[in-house]
Amino acid sequence: MGQETETYVLAQLFLSGIAFGSIYAMAGIGFNIIYNATGIINLAQGEFVMLGGMLMVWANQSLALPVWAAVVVSVAMVAGIGILFERAAVRPLRNPTVLVLIIITIAGSFLMRGAALLLWGDRVYSVGSFLGEQPVQIFGAMITRQHVLIFGTLLVVAAALAAFFSYTLTGKAMRACSFNRTAARLVGINAHTMVMMSFAMSAAIGALAGAVIVPVTGIQYDDGALLGLKGFCASVLGGLGNNPAAVVAGILLGILESLTSYVSSAYKDAMSLGILLVVLFIRPSGLFGKASLSRLSEF
Amino acid sequence: MGSRNRIALLVLALLVGLAPWLCSSWYYKLTQAGIYALICIGLSLLLGYAGQISLGHAAFYAIGAYSSAILTAKAGWSPWLAIWVGVALSMIVALAVGLPSLRLHGHYLAMATLAFGEIVSVIAKAWVDMTGGPSGFGDIPRWSAFGFRLRAYGTDREAFYFVWGIVLIGLIVALNLIHSRVGRALRSIHDGEQAANVLGVPTDAYKVKVLVLSSVYASIAGSVYAHWSGYISPSPFDVEHSILFIIMVIAGGMRSVWGAVVGACVMGLMPDLLAELEKWRFVIYGLILLTIMMFVPQGILLGTRDLVQWLFGKLKREADGNGVAGTQ
Repeated sequence: MGQETETYVLAQLFLSGIAFGSIYAMAGIGFNIIYNATGIINLAQGEFVMLGGMLMVWANQSLALPVWAAVVVSVAMVAGIGILFERAAVRPLRNPTVLVLIIITIAGSFLMRGAALLLWGDRVYSVGSFLGEQPVQIFGAMITRQHVLIFGTLLVVAAALAAFFSYTLTGKAMRACSFNRTAARLVGINAHTMVMMSFAMSAAIGALAGAVIVPVTGIQYDDGALLGLKGFCASVLGGLGNNPAAVVAGILLGILESLTSYVSSAYKDAMSLGILLVVLFIRPSGLFGKASLSRLSEF
Repeated sequence: MGSRNRIALLVLALLVGLAPWLCSSWYYKLTQAGIYALICIGLSLLLGYAGQISLGHAAFYAIGAYSSAILTAKAGWSPWLAIWVGVALSMIVALAVGLPSLRLHGHYLAMATLAFGEIVSVIAKAWVDMTGGPSGFGDIPRWSAFGFRLRAYGTDREAFYFVWGIVLIGLIVALNLIHSRVGRALRSIHDGEQAANVLGVPTDAYKVKVLVLSSVYASIAGSVYAHWSGYISPSPFDVEHSILFIIMVIAGGMRSVWGAVVGACVMGLMPDLLAELEKWRFVIYGLILLTIMMFVPQGILLGTRDLVQWLFGKLKREADGNGVAGTQ
């Protein structure tokens, strides 16, 4: 009996790990999109996730919108914030060094976190599960419908992105820009628009992740930092710039983290950051990356 | 180290010496600012001279503080020994984080130090047996040298002299370093790493050495903090503080160690003035960073100098212009 309960607990942790991993994967995809378009590691990525959650709760509770509409409103607003951030802080820089970019994106993240603190205070906000509270049973483990929804959201986002980048003209143009910006401009692609789109998309995907996690963990003004760092973890573990790999890496990370919490919940966060350090040291091109150091030297 | 720096050092020493008449009511805040200044001097060597950024410097500060606190309060060591344990640990960690960056450039060190800073912060909260967890622990013994005792309460003036004495030593070391062969090599990394490499400067090795040195500054500052406050908890060592140290260095001006001291004093005294505006701190820090990076990249110290020079130049031109007009 005891043996059986333990198996259930492990299965439960495994499944909730997949859900958390999906969030990290989406945050990681956000890092990838901006990195591919500009070579920037956007340290404000986690704040997009936090704002997505916060604005969803705000739209749901203050504007009394149904939860689906609130998610749409929040994603649209955060995408706008992403564009604003690019226009106001990133574009004015001419030939910035990495040092300047790091500092500017940190400044952006502090402004967003600060605005959230001023607007909503340091309370933890939450809403009920989007699909109702009835739990689902998978392999004998009970998980909430929200966990399933989070994983589903990731799959939809990943599939939509893959289709966008391979079948639409805009998607192809964005890829062209990331391969060689000068060449892309020579064939008439507006590189500025592509960079702006990359910020909008990465903010929107981050916001979607933030919105769907709210029923599971709640959301607070300073949640962005850690969510962003774990997203970066997923992105590096997969190989910076590679979206499908970030999906696998994010989920792997979520599961590992969840299983760590079975041993010690206090060290759960140190686990994924430790993995990040080890990957950076031993295999900076990521689990699935080819060891192409020329690309990495830019990172 | 150049006659200007000697004069500046003398002026600073004089200011510290005259503190009882100038700012005796600010001892406590200025002592805290001195501890920040010590970290910022090290960080400005890394940022301004080696062109590298550490987003986890509060972690080295934490290693120093917790080493000193645990070894003196729980194991009964002398502060004089404990501080070196902290320094050695910090150096080892800085080497471990810095050495792999020999292979890679750009964002690499920033992200590695950020992750490392977060890990140290998690450990400080989670390892309750050793660190006291989120609530920390107190009764850290005093540290005294040459009759000056270091403890926040009751002996404000002694602590002030103790800390600023160390800051002066730290400044002398940093200035000597900058005006040596190593300093010129460091400056060449910031100005043009490839050119420096071509000329045979081993830039990667220098970067790691500067990271290690700056971790030593932060670790010593941590030890001083632990003995000064007599109590430690994880909150002064979180990633927010790592960023705060960077803001101090950048606000003061990252191309000069003097900027680090000015930035630490300005930002160190600011929370006192902003106590009412606690909720605004992130917005204010963000705005300071944005404004400085976009409009005053040389920082407050050199920015003021440039402004004064520009004003004088303008006055002079106007005077000359009037003179010319008069003769016509």
